[in-house]
Amino acid sequence: MPKHEKSTEGNDGSGDNEEGSAAENEENVKGTDKGRKRATPRTARGHGRGRARHGDEENEDDEDGTRRAGHHRHRNRRRGRAAGNEGSDSDAEAAKARKNQANQKSKEDDEEEEDGKGGKSGKGKNEKKVDKKPDKKGKKEKANKKKKDKKKSGSGSDSDSEEEPITEEELAKLKEEVEEKKKLIATLRNKPWKMKKKLSVLKEAQLFVEKFEGALGKGKGKKFYAYKVMMTKKWMKFQRDFENFKTACIPWEMKIKEIESHFGSSVASYFIFLRWMYGINMILFGLTFGLVMVPEALMGKPYGSLPRKTVPRAEEATAMNFATLWDFSGFAQYSVLFYGYYNNQRTIGWLKFRMPLSYFLVGVGTIGYSFMIVIRTMARNANDDGGGDDTSFNFSWKMFTSWDYLIGNPETADNKFASITTSFKEAIVEEQESRKEENIHLTRFLRVLANFLALCTLAGSGYLIFFVVRRSQKFALEGLENYGWWERNEVNMVMSLLGMFCPTLFDVISSLENYHPRIALRWQLGRIFALFLGNLYTFIIALMDEINLKLEEEKIVKYNMTIWEASLYNGTIPENSTAPPIQVDPADVPRGPCWETMVGQEFVRLTVSDTMTTYITILIGDFLRAVFVRFFNYCWCWDLEYGFPSYSEFDISGNVLGLIFNQGMIWMGSFYAPCLPAINVFRLHTSMYLQCWAVMCCNVPQERVFKASRSNNFYMAMLLFILFLSTLPAVYTIVSIPPSFDCGPFSGKTRMFEVISETLEHDFPSWFGKVFGYASNPGLILPFILLMVLSIYYLNATSKSYKEANLELKKKLQSQAEENKRRNKQKAQKSNEQEENPFETEPPKPKGGKQDESTPNQDNKKGQDGNESKKTGQPQEASSSQVLQHPSLAPSSHYPPQSQAGNLPPPSIAVTRPPGPRRYGMPGYPPGNPCFPGPQPGMPRGPHNCR
Amino acid sequence: MGGSASLLPRDALGEYQELTFLSKQEILLAYKRFSELLPKQERENACSARVPKSHILTLPELRANPFQHRICHVFSTSEAGDNSMSFEDFLAMLSGVSVALPKGTFPVPTDFDDDGTLDRKDLEQLVNCLTGQGEESRLSRAEMEQLIQNILEESDINKDGTINLSEFQHVVSRSPDFASSFKIVL
Repeated sequence: MPKHEKSTEGNDGSGDNEEGSAAENEENVKGTDKGRKRATPRTARGHGRGRARHGDEENEDDEDGTRRAGHHRHRNRRRGRAAGNEGSDSDAEAAKARKNQANQKSKEDDEEEEDGKGGKSGKGKNEKKVDKKPDKKGKKEKANKKKKDKKKSGSGSDSDSEEEPITEEELAKLKEEVEEKKKLIATLRNKPWKMKKKLSVLKEAQLFVEKFEGALGKGKGKKFYAYKVMMTKKWMKFQRDFENFKTACIPWEMKIKEIESHFGSSVASYFIFLRWMYGINMILFGLTFGLVMVPEALMGKPYGSLPRKTVPRAEEATAMNFATLWDFSGFAQYSVLFYGYYNNQRTIGWLKFRMPLSYFLVGVGTIGYSFMIVIRTMARNANDDGGGDDTSFNFSWKMFTSWDYLIGNPETADNKFASITTSFKEAIVEEQESRKEENIHLTRFLRVLANFLALCTLAGSGYLIFFVVRRSQKFALEGLENYGWWERNEVNMVMSLLGMFCPTLFDVISSLENYHPRIALRWQLGRIFALFLGNLYTFIIALMDEINLKLEEEKIVKYNMTIWEASLYNGTIPENSTAPPIQVDPADVPRGPCWETMVGQEFVRLTVSDTMTTYITILIGDFLRAVFVRFFNYCWCWDLEYGFPSYSEFDISGNVLGLIFNQGMIWMGSFYAPCLPAINVFRLHTSMYLQCWAVMCCNVPQERVFKASRSNNFYMAMLLFILFLSTLPAVYTIVSIPPSFDCGPFSGKTRMFEVISETLEHDFPSWFGKVFGYASNPGLILPFILLMVLSIYYLNATSKSYKEANLELKKKLQSQAEENKRRNKQKAQKSNEQEENPFETEPPKPKGGKQDESTPNQDNKKGQDGNESKKTGQPQEASSSQVLQHPSLAPSSHYPPQSQAGNLPPPSIAVTRPPGPRRYGMPGYPPGNPCFPGPQPGMPRGPHNCR
Repeated sequence: MGGSASLLPRDALGEYQELTFLSKQEILLAYKRFSELLPKQERENACSARVPKSHILTLPELRANPFQHRICHVFSTSEAGDNSMSFEDFLAMLSGVSVALPKGTFPVPTDFDDDGTLDRKDLEQLVNCLTGQGEESRLSRAEMEQLIQNILEESDINKDGTINLSEFQHVVSRSPDFASSFKIVL
């Protein structure tokens, strides 16, 4: 439809209609500010005018006045433009309106005739004919229907048509208008107006939509249309409610906001990360709990029915002791919490639940889901960054965006002031490049030294763990019963202690380096990361050793089992070997070492001890220190609060890394200990509360406050790395180590993944197995991998070329801006010469004005983002009739940065417009006119000091 | 929260949601906070009452903000020019610097003399705001000159000695910190 209209308008309108209609609401509203009462949206206004001016002459207008008014307005605009008289003086308009009506009538008569021809043989046929039409012409349908209805009810078709002058064009127009109103409602929040104005516009628009939405659908389509409208309304409401519900569901929102306002966004980012982690763990927990633990507990064989489900006789005495349970052995070891408890029955319960398969798939799914969510979040974060790679605005960013508006605490604010000042100074110094030579050498030396020290620390901690693990193996060989608590928990304790003290050490070391805090944070993170990684991998290697030992042991046990069974039969029923096997209490059956449960136990213990250390560190390092500083300050010889101990700062990097590594352990261990996600959920839940409390009550804001927005993806990248590293050992054990023979869901198989082929064999038709066999053939897999590599390569290449195109565009933009500037300056000079007092008199419009103004409009329309923001060329009415013009339409919506500078100051305006309403985008602003304050965009204020 | 929720009419709530970037909860919270700023007897009709500037500035989020006066000035619609705020102004303020803000809509309260462009004076004042009140944290004259020179070099695309709105938007919308920093959270 729009195209059609445009063509009727010809050159003259130059697309103003289409774009103008989008703009007109806005433009009208702008009018309110400037004395002329134009607050109502266009149609209403047109209607009002029509009434006021030629209400007497057109009585028939009353019946369907508004609709008609919309039409009139349209015509008037067109006419007005054709006459070249945009002043919109009332007489001319009235006359035109009359003319228009005449035109319209004649047009409708034509149409009537057309219809009449078809309807010669009767109304029925007419209807049929008309019914066919809409299929071709779309929106015509409604108009015709409407007319037809009238014909049926009314007496004469001609008189009717006078009373109901609605053509399909009008209806389409109306519909378009309703759509625009809706769009306006949707985008209203972007508009930098006063709240009151927004409210009135909103109400107006809502009323309009309410009123005319129903009128649109007539005849056959009416019900459907009404239904559609209703459904959209309902859907919108539902969406909004759902949105509200979603925000209400986000846990700890207020807590985090409070922290945010006290400590700035960097500390808050840790808690947001923690919350995100909590969400992921909830899902992992749901998977393992719902698909593995609960089915086994409900439908699997009960406790005590099998050897693997029973506590061995030797441990029975201590199985329920707290110390044993705390160690996750004894009764806990032989429960659903660990791998060993699960039976290798293919299906369990009346549901025929495939337990081993489910166990395997949950393990794989956990890892797959984690990969997916981490990568997706990373991609989203990268999008949010929005081309922040560009460093050409270093200073301006420091200037305009360095304040953290979230800071609500005077102390933090002071720190922020200081850090901004230093950052300014640093930037200036860097810019001048006036650093002294020896200074650089000193810094370099210090940095090298710091790295050396850090490396030493890392190596030392690695060796320590290796040593401890070796020692613990020795203890294990000699039997743990001979040793005390420390010897048993040495590995975990040493790892936790290292994790506790090494970061502090690194912190001290990094103070040597004198980096910018953001970079320092990265270094710190990197070092702690290396530390944790080293610890973790030493731990895993030690575990692998232990697994090998257990496998050896298992062979011996297997051999012993056969002897034991033989002796059992020999001893009791030597004469009858075919008799059913004797019932032996499952607790007495000798059993293998079950290395899987051992691995699971190790991870669970590590997690628990890690949690405990974290909490104890918080309590001692933060809380007790704060209490001490706070209360002993009264009776101490120096100022404790500002002197040596002072309060602790919140250690973001350490906490984040702790969280990440903890998660890595969960990922690694959850295959062998299905309870691990549950424990982790519990841990995260408590630590959320504990840390929130600790931060609020005993930490002080950091001395060098910085914003966190850039670090987010860094955290995620580390998480991804850890995820990858933690899947490696898990996958290795699953794929290459044979499962224990007498425990776990995969017992009796040579490899764990055989459960897949078993399922394929039994539960799927044979052809499926065949297809699967072909698909897993290396001949197919290798090309597939090749294809993936190629596609990655291709995508990489395209993204590179996009980047290049971006750069190219940027260059173009700059040159264009230069050119614009040059032209503007010339023109501004000219106009300055022409106009002496631009604020009181309205200078005559130069001839070229109209054309010049229409061009940017067209450009805008063509531009993909044809948004209001660049509507520097105004529709004529507004520009000529208003002395003061609201500049607020300039920045009303989101636009891609590329197109900005190119559109900066449309050169024509500087000349054609009176300088009075000159807006922001225009340079050459006449000096010496301090009394024209262009109101701030986004700050909807009229001129304030000029009244 | 429930009590204040009943005070704010439902339809008004919906309208405010349409008009601002705030969610329902945030609007309700804002309402609560706003009515807390009012004296007791005016709480019933908090929608129509105005809070004087001095009260608005007691909000911790604004108290620490170096642009507090500017923000009040910009968002207040008071006729008397005393920068007092009605609830709608208050919401506009929160929405104007809210999270889901489309890039570029809200320039920081930087244009101190209301002339529509950022000239050297504005920039200087801005730097002073950002570096705080303390004497030792102020930049020296030469540093200030250098800084402003650098900023103008970077962002004054048309080289007219001032930063106009589109230049400003161009710069700010590229900033990675933009979205995360421009919000006032109650």
